[in-house]
Amino acid sequence: MNASLELKDVQTGYGLIQAVRGASFAVRRGSVTALLGNNGAGKSTLLKTVMGLIPGQPQKGEILLDGERINGMDTESIVRLGVSYVPENRAVFHQLSVQDNLIMGAHVRKDRRALKTDLERIYEFFPILADRVNQPAGTLSGGEQQMLAISRAMMSRPRLLLLDEPSLGLSPFLVRKIFHIIRIIRNQGVTILLVEQNVRKALAIADYALVMESGRLVSAGPSTDLKNDPRIKDFYLGLNIRETQEPSC
Amino acid sequence: MLNGVAAGSGYALMGIAMVIIYKTSEVVNFAQGEMALASVFFTYLILQNYGIPFVYAMPLAALFAVFVGCVLEFAVLRRARRQTTLGMIIVTIGLEMILMGLVSWKFGADHKVMPFPITEFDSIWLGGFYVTTLEAVTFSVVWAVMLGLFVFYRYTRLGLIMKATQQNRSAAKLMGVRTNRVLMFTWGLSSLVGCIAGLLLAPRSMEPFMMWDPMLKGFAGAVVGGMTSIPGAVFGAYFIGVVENLFGRYASMEFKSAVAFALIVIVLCVKPSGIFSRHYVKKV
Ligand SMILES: Nc1ncnc2c1ncn2[C@@H]1O[C@H](COP(=O)(O)OP(=O)(O)OP(=O)(O)O)[C@@H](O)[C@H]1O
Ligand SMILES: [Mg+2]
Repeated sequence: MNASLELKDVQTGYGLIQAVRGASFAVRRGSVTALLGNNGAGKSTLLKTVMGLIPGQPQKGEILLDGERINGMDTESIVRLGVSYVPENRAVFHQLSVQDNLIMGAHVRKDRRALKTDLERIYEFFPILADRVNQPAGTLSGGEQQMLAISRAMMSRPRLLLLDEPSLGLSPFLVRKIFHIIRIIRNQGVTILLVEQNVRKALAIADYALVMESGRLVSAGPSTDLKNDPRIKDFYLGLNIRETQEPSC
Repeated sequence: MLNGVAAGSGYALMGIAMVIIYKTSEVVNFAQGEMALASVFFTYLILQNYGIPFVYAMPLAALFAVFVGCVLEFAVLRRARRQTTLGMIIVTIGLEMILMGLVSWKFGADHKVMPFPITEFDSIWLGGFYVTTLEAVTFSVVWAVMLGLFVFYRYTRLGLIMKATQQNRSAAKLMGVRTNRVLMFTWGLSSLVGCIAGLLLAPRSMEPFMMWDPMLKGFAGAVVGGMTSIPGAVFGAYFIGVVENLFGRYASMEFKSAVAFALIVIVLCVKPSGIFSRHYVKKV
């Protein structure tokens, strides 16, 4: 078995609304897997379900981390097993400084001596964060907060990283930078499940891709296959056209 | 004036205790006074009935206070966490009555004399005027507690974890923080601060109702200070202590206590979020 994360017929709902209607897939260890789909398809709900963030969910199905069942566990315990999650809203601690946010990211780490070198590496990589070490995170710009959130998630040295639309609302320069970082994180051996609206960039970086449509998984496979899948082409091209038109408007 | 400062010190500690809990769990803890009361009577019990020396009784009392706070959070508040704010207030008032009932039942409603090395009547000469030793001790302890809490929140790892949990509980969970334990510890810490207040008030008067008034005044002080700021609560508590004493001396003794609440009303009308509050965006 070389699946890092595996879902078997997972169903999640909010009250009467069924948001994920039976998702089964595996995320291969060491891979980047992109999770694509329209607004409201249930991508974020799926990630939240994996993290145990929706009380009483999943209603049905099984979630396995490296073969071990994790559904029903509380969020803290799942994080302690080596899963990091960057939510859509970034969830930085607004009144804590940038540095304290990063230190909180390392909360579950045993080897706290290596903390300093990790911090230095992050500041080297994101000089903007280094300039704002003591600034409250709430005063950072959206893009800066996103960098902080990803850096903070990396401070725990996870084996699996779940990213929910990391490029949301970022300038093209920052989007490139974020995808560059995702590549670096992958090269460190971290498995990544990436939810993205930027389909072209996501497929370029991903080894595998999953497509969701109103709560169901409609397509899965190597990202190169997916690019040529006629069912996906529609969706993919749709975004592609918009992207190429953007500069002219 | 000096009397007001002395009274304010007791209120300040109660205010701090309530702020610690409110900041983390947004619960206004009306059982705060009676949690302290339980610790005070526990101290009385081990000093008076078991003859444990004062130096050992103090750490034991502290442990007991932390224990009471943790147990209440674990056994009651955690179960009630899905309640509305109003429901939570009723829960803490219920706890308050239960604790008060238990103490009255076990120890009776009569006045006790706390066997402390310091009594209300000792005094020290403080370059120009006399203050009672108790007032001097109370005042120093309040400042020591404030300083201690400042250092704790600013420089310790646990302090950082508590601040993070206060600000965004679900984000703290995403960092792997066992937020339930943090919350339990918060109640323990708050109970400890309340216990210190109770022990400082006990030499003046010790009976089952002794903590009700200081708790309300401390609460009033905390509200004046914005309810989430420890220095704010201390300022508010001293302010109330001084104003009510001046009022009691120069205007009317009967309405002395009512002044505290008149003040809250005025402050809340003028600045609803309290004097020391930062603009606080409620997280969902
Ligand atoms: N807290 C909630 N309560 C009720 N319904 C919800 C809740 N959160 C999401 N939903 C519903 O679940 C469905 C899936 O939402 P989800 O956020 O998972 O979509 P998504 O694929 O992440 O979309 P987007 O790309 O816009 O972020 C939507 O129909 C949404 O309305
Ligand atoms: Mg989403």
